[in-house]
Amino acid sequence: MSRKTLTRRQFVAATAMSSAALITAPYVRGAYAAGKLSIGFWDHWVPGANKASTDLVNEWAAKEKVEVSIDYITSNNKKIELTAAAEAQAKSGHDILQMPSWWPQAYSENLEPLNDVMEPLLKQNGEVNGTVKYLGQSGGKWLAVPATPGSQIKGPCSRIDLMKKHAGIDVQEMYPAGGPPKVENWTMETFLKAAEACHKAGVPFGIGLGETTDSVDTAGAIFQSFGAELVNAKGDITVKTDQVRQAMEFYKKLIAFLPPDAPSWDDASNNKWLISGRGAMILNPPSAWAVAKRDAPQVAEQCWTHGFPSGPKGRFAPYLPYFWGVWSFGKNKEAAKSLLVHMSSPSSIEKFVAVSGGYDLPAYANMTKLKTWAEEGPPQGTLFHYPDPYKHQTLSIAASPAPPKIAQQIYFQATLTKMALRFARGETMDQALAWAEGECEGFMRS
Amino acid sequence: MADVVVEQGRVARARGARKGSSLRNALGRKSTVAFFLTLPLILLIALLVLYPAFYSVYLATLNKAMTKFVGLSNFTFLFKRETFWMVVRQSCIFAITAVVFKALIGFIVAHFVHNIPGKKQRKWRGMLLVPWVIPPAMSTLAWLWLFDPSYSAFNYTLSFFGVGPIPWLGDTFWARFSVILVNVWYGAPFFLIMYLAALKSVPDQLYEAAEIDGANWWQKIWHITLPMMRNIIAITTLFSLIVTFANFDIVRILTSGGPLDTTHLFATWAFQVGIQSSDIPLGACVSLFMVPILAVAAIFILRDVNKRGNEA
Repeated sequence: MSRKTLTRRQFVAATAMSSAALITAPYVRGAYAAGKLSIGFWDHWVPGANKASTDLVNEWAAKEKVEVSIDYITSNNKKIELTAAAEAQAKSGHDILQMPSWWPQAYSENLEPLNDVMEPLLKQNGEVNGTVKYLGQSGGKWLAVPATPGSQIKGPCSRIDLMKKHAGIDVQEMYPAGGPPKVENWTMETFLKAAEACHKAGVPFGIGLGETTDSVDTAGAIFQSFGAELVNAKGDITVKTDQVRQAMEFYKKLIAFLPPDAPSWDDASNNKWLISGRGAMILNPPSAWAVAKRDAPQVAEQCWTHGFPSGPKGRFAPYLPYFWGVWSFGKNKEAAKSLLVHMSSPSSIEKFVAVSGGYDLPAYANMTKLKTWAEEGPPQGTLFHYPDPYKHQTLSIAASPAPPKIAQQIYFQATLTKMALRFARGETMDQALAWAEGECEGFMRS
Repeated sequence: MADVVVEQGRVARARGARKGSSLRNALGRKSTVAFFLTLPLILLIALLVLYPAFYSVYLATLNKAMTKFVGLSNFTFLFKRETFWMVVRQSCIFAITAVVFKALIGFIVAHFVHNIPGKKQRKWRGMLLVPWVIPPAMSTLAWLWLFDPSYSAFNYTLSFFGVGPIPWLGDTFWARFSVILVNVWYGAPFFLIMYLAALKSVPDQLYEAAEIDGANWWQKIWHITLPMMRNIIAITTLFSLIVTFANFDIVRILTSGGPLDTTHLFATWAFQVGIQSSDIPLGACVSLFMVPILAVAAIFILRDVNKRGNEA
């Protein structure tokens, strides 16, 4: 078998010719000329809701000639937080990563500033609330873009029949579908009386006292409605104040009317409580109602999602926004920003809300009266007040206004529910406050 | 001069030959072969165990923002935290109680199984190993449903006897009881299988001789079974103590450390502090505290095993 050898002269000539051909060849825009983009989205728990994200990304990718890959990452067992931590450590990973509420602040040093994306979006979609700014901005820099999928208000989801029968409250009259809320009497006092009445009737409110987010969010809104802050915006510890004492006293009274096993509740427990028909109210986004529509339609027909009761310092509702962040070490930041603009357009937001059955909540002021919330049912209008269309409450997150890196620890260590539970279980007020103060001192590490 | 050169060359050749043969000898030695055979495993351990271990030591010396070296101040900070000492106490209670019960149950059931004849024994062995072979995250989910606050199957059953409802995961005592119970259920088969293997290696003649001497069942256990099994008991206890101390999944799934942090272990608290509260250096610190505690236990137990080995 003969073998042709390549001489040095032939090799040099071939190399020169190919280089010349490459340099002089015309630029041909290929199918994926604008490069690749890898995206990590939160895996939605509403069946089929991921499809909205996939469709929107594919639609944009086809137009912009970008090759995209999407990973849907579950938030179960903190998988999405683990992914963010691992990528921030490795300085490598997805170009866009969807992050739960506190994570843009936690990884602020690793995130690309997105002011150039947010400023036009705010003009287009309207302002965002204070909590989105608190969590998404640092020193005037937008760390991430508020994502519609996953963002939620954890307001009351009441049983129309049980609240009317046992507490004498007509939640539909208080929050009429299509009209403004009539909430002069919807206060913490009324809420407590209703909790007592429903407890006596054997259908107690299903409010957790555990260490997961639903329990903490409720505690956050109640504390804020009394003006109670463990750490103020300047970072000073303000545990031993009259406001905190008032909130603790209120919580102690409330705990007496909650299910005895509430300290062990996780984020699924309150959903099960409502769906099983054992309780007159839970504080949750409409995911429990959505499951009840499938598994217990007779319960779903009696559910009404509405606003929070007001306390001495105002009406606060627990709000948990999700964000889309772009890593500063990402490889295709321009494409990532372009996609975020596309996913934040009014038509995209409308699609997210529709596909999630009204669960997903846009952060922008102009996007709170979409037809999905008015039309969803049964009963029709059950979600009308879910996005707070009349802006009658302050959307807030527990532990704010403490500096976010301190507040994140108060939030995840569930300091609010723990101190309330300690007090309710027999510790004196001073003991419970001293414990909380000690915890907060520990959170001051920088 | 030439002679010297020739001489030197010969010396060099002789040395080279000796070197070659000593290399051959070294390669032929059993210990060298053993070393090369275990080298892939050593490399794997270095990559998956040693590197993360040293990396976590490095992380533990950084400040919260991970921007500067702070030496041991994370450790001194932890010493001042009330919750940290609670976690230390709970980890010890959890690990010691669970290991004692696993050893006891494993020992008793191993005796029962040992006395089952032939084929039937194989079936029982297989069935009793089931808890150990199911991934703990899955089996713990099933336990979570049994303990569920609203739909507990246990409470439902107890209600027929007029007992309960018991807040299995909502009350400190019951929550600790529940996590230990699940750990014992999961880990006892490991003790069972180790003890069964040890029981099978005890010569029957010893029991026969004891019987002739009029020994009762307790004396046979005390004077024959236990001394013959003590090394395996020590090693199994140590191994189980390490695994139980570092447990994560059972507590994470059942209670997430609650109520009021009273079921947190080192691993679950490290996760809460490190990942959920974004304080990775402090989380690394918490998990590193397991090392000295387990090292002390390992030294005591292994020293005892060594002593007995020498006596033998």
